[in-house]
Amino acid sequence: MTTDRASVIEQLSTLLYTRKGLLLAVLLAPPLLWFGIVYLGSLLALLANSFFRLDDFTGQIVREFGFSNFLEIFSPTNLDVALRSTLMAIAVTAACTAIGFPVAYYMARHARGTQKALLFVAIMLPLWSSYVVRLYAWKLLLAKEGAISWTLQTMNAQWLLDGLLSLPVIGGSSLSFSPMGTFVVFVYMWLPFMILPIQAAIERIPGSYLEASSDLGASPSQSFWQVVWPLAIPGVAAGSIFTFSLTLGDYIIPQVIGNSTLYIGQVVFRQQGVAGNLPFAAAFSLVPILIIAVYLYLAKRKGAFDAL
Amino acid sequence: MRFKPLRTSSNPTLGAGRGLKLSVWAGVLFLHLPLALIILYAFSSEDKSYVFPPPGLTTQWFAVAMERRDVWDAMGLSFQIALWATAIALVLGTLAAGALARTPFFGREAINLLLILPIAMPGVITGISLRSAYHAMDIPFSFWTIVIGHATFCVVVVYNNAVARLRRISPSLVEASMDLGANWFQTFRYILLPQLGTALLAGGLLAFALSFDEVIVTTFTAGQQTTLPIWMLQELIRPRQRPVTNVVAVVMIALTFIPIVAAYWLTRADEDSNNR
Repeated sequence: MTTDRASVIEQLSTLLYTRKGLLLAVLLAPPLLWFGIVYLGSLLALLANSFFRLDDFTGQIVREFGFSNFLEIFSPTNLDVALRSTLMAIAVTAACTAIGFPVAYYMARHARGTQKALLFVAIMLPLWSSYVVRLYAWKLLLAKEGAISWTLQTMNAQWLLDGLLSLPVIGGSSLSFSPMGTFVVFVYMWLPFMILPIQAAIERIPGSYLEASSDLGASPSQSFWQVVWPLAIPGVAAGSIFTFSLTLGDYIIPQVIGNSTLYIGQVVFRQQGVAGNLPFAAAFSLVPILIIAVYLYLAKRKGAFDAL
Repeated sequence: MRFKPLRTSSNPTLGAGRGLKLSVWAGVLFLHLPLALIILYAFSSEDKSYVFPPPGLTTQWFAVAMERRDVWDAMGLSFQIALWATAIALVLGTLAAGALARTPFFGREAINLLLILPIAMPGVITGISLRSAYHAMDIPFSFWTIVIGHATFCVVVVYNNAVARLRRISPSLVEASMDLGANWFQTFRYILLPQLGTALLAGGLLAFALSFDEVIVTTFTAGQQTTLPIWMLQELIRPRQRPVTNVVAVVMIALTFIPIVAAYWLTRADEDSNNR
């Protein structure tokens, strides 16, 4: 009995070792089934839903093929939402690059040993720690009676805040009710996603490139712009995929911090929730997918995927 | 290890100027001051507003929060969901890593992308997709609808850690084991698994932290269930008990910091040699 079992195991083992294809199939089957059914299946359900429509009288979903949702997307209000979200995503990506690059550069080329490990943990912690809690922190910070107002008041710089808040478009009644506040929180939330890929890209630049560059007479700023920056671009592109796509889809940040102007994520959330219009929500959620697809295409041409 | 290219000791040709150091510190402070502030607020004696600086300090809110049934229930639910999601992610992520780590085959890149997509796409899309699917199949929302969503985006975390480690294990170890008469299962059990152990632990910890904190996908896949992040979100939109919320926020920070730091220490050697 035991020898039978042992020989079956032996045969199975030999089979798996000699037929690499079989081993691969056995390994791949469970994850592929899961992702095929749960994830791709859901995406297909989303796609299918986007062609259905909501019956205005009964509030029921009519499962008929049609394009009414897509026509509705091209209404001025909805286009406005899409445009605003895209501009916000671009602004957030630019700010994350500007703030993240020096940190990433320092981590890759200057920090050593313990300092490097600590910096790494300092970037990792906010990346992984709770999204809601970090958002809550900003509610505390930006509140009218909160820390930022208090700091500015004690520095006698209240006028600066008032001036910023009185600006059209980005201003508002207080920091936590202005697009400026939304922007700052977006930048804060996605900054680590930008730092790590840039750091990885700069890390890969051999030190000898910089030596060669300076041996050949380049000034530090020439070396930076002509050697480091071009080689770091794939990292920037990789990070920007995250900052761009996460900003585009988020609906909680603008709901908690910001005035009542809507972003793509919020429209999707409200349509499926309060309005019960799952078909339109599904159709509208294809807008960020489309924008991201265009963005990914551009990023791929910059070599972003080599740095992921 | 021998195959690793020599790490060029970077010669700081471009010196770390004062401006660079300053912007590094500013960036790190920007990332951490808000979290520090939450800890301060948890001890604030003020319970009606977010006034800064806190008028006084007290530890009484921790005791108040301890008494709260709803907080404990939410935490318990989040804990169970995270455990199940992590368990599923560990199995699927390890299998996928085993398949994709070395052997090149047609469609490998596509599968890699498929695993990353749930986390790279905005949560709102994953969320509404799942909701559409549940709706289409008339599946009522439950504990399991949340777990399924969480497991899907947790797989990539385990996968990343496992793949990085598998690529560092020399194939000759496996060959040696089989040459010495071990079968495939024994080789997996005694050679691969011990080497993979800490990477899987790290991946599991990160998956746990990710699931424990997730809110966006959860809002789409939960019915009446209130996970801890959903509880927090409700407080964020309509603040009712600020002191309790502050304490819960600190607890959530603590609960996720531990797995994150542990995961970092467990896999810090993998960082150098893989192409994450």
